[in-house]
Amino acid sequence: MNARELLEIADDELILGWRDSEWTGIAPSLEEDVAFSSIAQNEIGHARALYELAARELGTTADELAFDRDPGDYRSAPLVEQRRMDWAHTIARHYLYETADELRLEALKQDEDPEIAGLAAKMDREEQYHRLHARMWADRLRDEPRFRQALEEVWPLALGVLPAEQRAALAQRVEREPVAAVERNGHSDDLRELWEEMTMVRRSVPGATW
Amino acid sequence: MIYEVFRQERKGVAFAHAGSLDAPDATFAEAFAREQYGRRQESEALWVVSREAIHAVGDFADELNKTYHRVDGYSLKAKLKEARERAGTA
Amino acid sequence: MTDREFLEYVQAGGQVETTDWMPDDYRAKLIKFIEMHGNSELMGVLPEREWILRAPTLQRKLALTAKVQDEVGHSQLIYRVVEDLGKPRERCLDDLVSGKTKFHNVFHYPTKTWGDVGVIAWLVDAAAIISQKALLKCSYAPYARIMKKICWEESFHILHGRDVILTMMNGTDEQRELVQEALDRWWGPLMQFHGNPIPAEDDPMFVWRIKSQGNEEARQQFLDGYVPQIWELGLTVPDPKLRKNDDGVWEYGEPDWDELKHVVTGHGPKTQERLEFRRTFLEQEAWVRSVLLAEAA
Repeated sequence: MNARELLEIADDELILGWRDSEWTGIAPSLEEDVAFSSIAQNEIGHARALYELAARELGTTADELAFDRDPGDYRSAPLVEQRRMDWAHTIARHYLYETADELRLEALKQDEDPEIAGLAAKMDREEQYHRLHARMWADRLRDEPRFRQALEEVWPLALGVLPAEQRAALAQRVEREPVAAVERNGHSDDLRELWEEMTMVRRSVPGATW
Repeated sequence: MIYEVFRQERKGVAFAHAGSLDAPDATFAEAFAREQYGRRQESEALWVVSREAIHAVGDFADELNKTYHRVDGYSLKAKLKEARERAGTA
Repeated sequence: MTDREFLEYVQAGGQVETTDWMPDDYRAKLIKFIEMHGNSELMGVLPEREWILRAPTLQRKLALTAKVQDEVGHSQLIYRVVEDLGKPRERCLDDLVSGKTKFHNVFHYPTKTWGDVGVIAWLVDAAAIISQKALLKCSYAPYARIMKKICWEESFHILHGRDVILTMMNGTDEQRELVQEALDRWWGPLMQFHGNPIPAEDDPMFVWRIKSQGNEEARQQFLDGYVPQIWELGLTVPDPKLRKNDDGVWEYGEPDWDELKHVVTGHGPKTQERLEFRRTFLEQEAWVRSVLLAEAA
């Protein structure tokens, strides 16, 4: 896997981590707030590790890759860009994304580059906890109409996280019928809005150390 | 439901009560306990127990001065002195 | 035990557990004090979480998220203690968002720049830690015990705050200006934070040994520890009267006690907006809590 392909995964983790970190302080229960915040932090941590690998090949730094690209240059999937601040949507996305990511990491652990394969193994070990958490919640909410509706809504976007050849496996794993996926092309207004906020301090004194 | 969390700080030491949390079931309680008491790798292990499963015991009766149960109930100094004097080893 | 015997017991250093007998007044004062602490941790999250989204590096983003996470964790520990004393969490949260109960002054003010992020983590958290360390000796043992974990976690926050400030002070003129400007705005609330200097013997919190330190003692400790740290960076404090006299006592311009009263009774610049924000999410997610309470399928 090359640097550009790594950026796709890194951008997914970064943007999803950003979205998930928005729940810090306002999640449905205090205990869950603490737990979910760790998941958000892990995602940012994964993004950082992936950016660091890509940065070496591209001759830049992780922070520059994370912050200093034009919003149009991010390769994140539409799934992670959605901003909803609704718990049913958040858990639906969390559950489907983690399952998709599990498949993606399985492939990445076989990468010919030992650094990439090694990082994938480390990420997978942390993600085990994310998967348990997502399944725990999906199980609890499974009879809730709002949750079922949220799953319906995000399912086509979840399929779009993976390359075409892995989508059937995802459908099988979550026991859903495959549908037409929403592909990774172009970006939503949601991402531009996120990018503006995410980079506002950094852009306020360009080139400064923070 | 309230769950009590006991944590072992490192291998070999006893589990000590660390706090309590509110969770709908044991699975959630475990997930919550992991983060509240382990996110900084500060615990070797945790025990997560439903508060209902814990029997609080207190109010111990000590009415009849059981000196044989206490260290200060054995006054050996005077007897040792006498024994040494008898043996000529004082 | 009589009220008088209980008072002597706690004043002699006696510890009280949840199931011990305690005078009604002690229990009531304890709940009010501890609840306000829980409210403060939870409300303190709101000014800071905006900046999680704007943190200028990945490392700062992680550190700030972890700091705010700690504060939520603290509120969880604290409300659990209140609940075991007899007031359920839901009622505490309802009273908070309806304005019936209070939270500390510093969390009623806006945060305007990344300079605020540094100043809050460095100085506001420092002021709070001084009070919190004094609570390690609280007569009510379950509260004293959670204070240990809270103080340990707060030590990371101060390091983070100092790191943010030092990096900016070693950076550009604009960055230094951000720090000074934030400090100028926060100084007033910081000086009010520990409360009016009522004598310890007149403070029921101290009489019951819930607090082990008077307000003025806490403020002096703060000034002693942190004014030198502020001055050594070339920053100025917006109080021309601030100086340490020959007896080692810090003299300062009288804090605005009217402002303090006005703010903590719900009239701070951001009070209503933040309470409204909390209320919105509490209501929006009530369904999730119902699901969690329902019998497992």
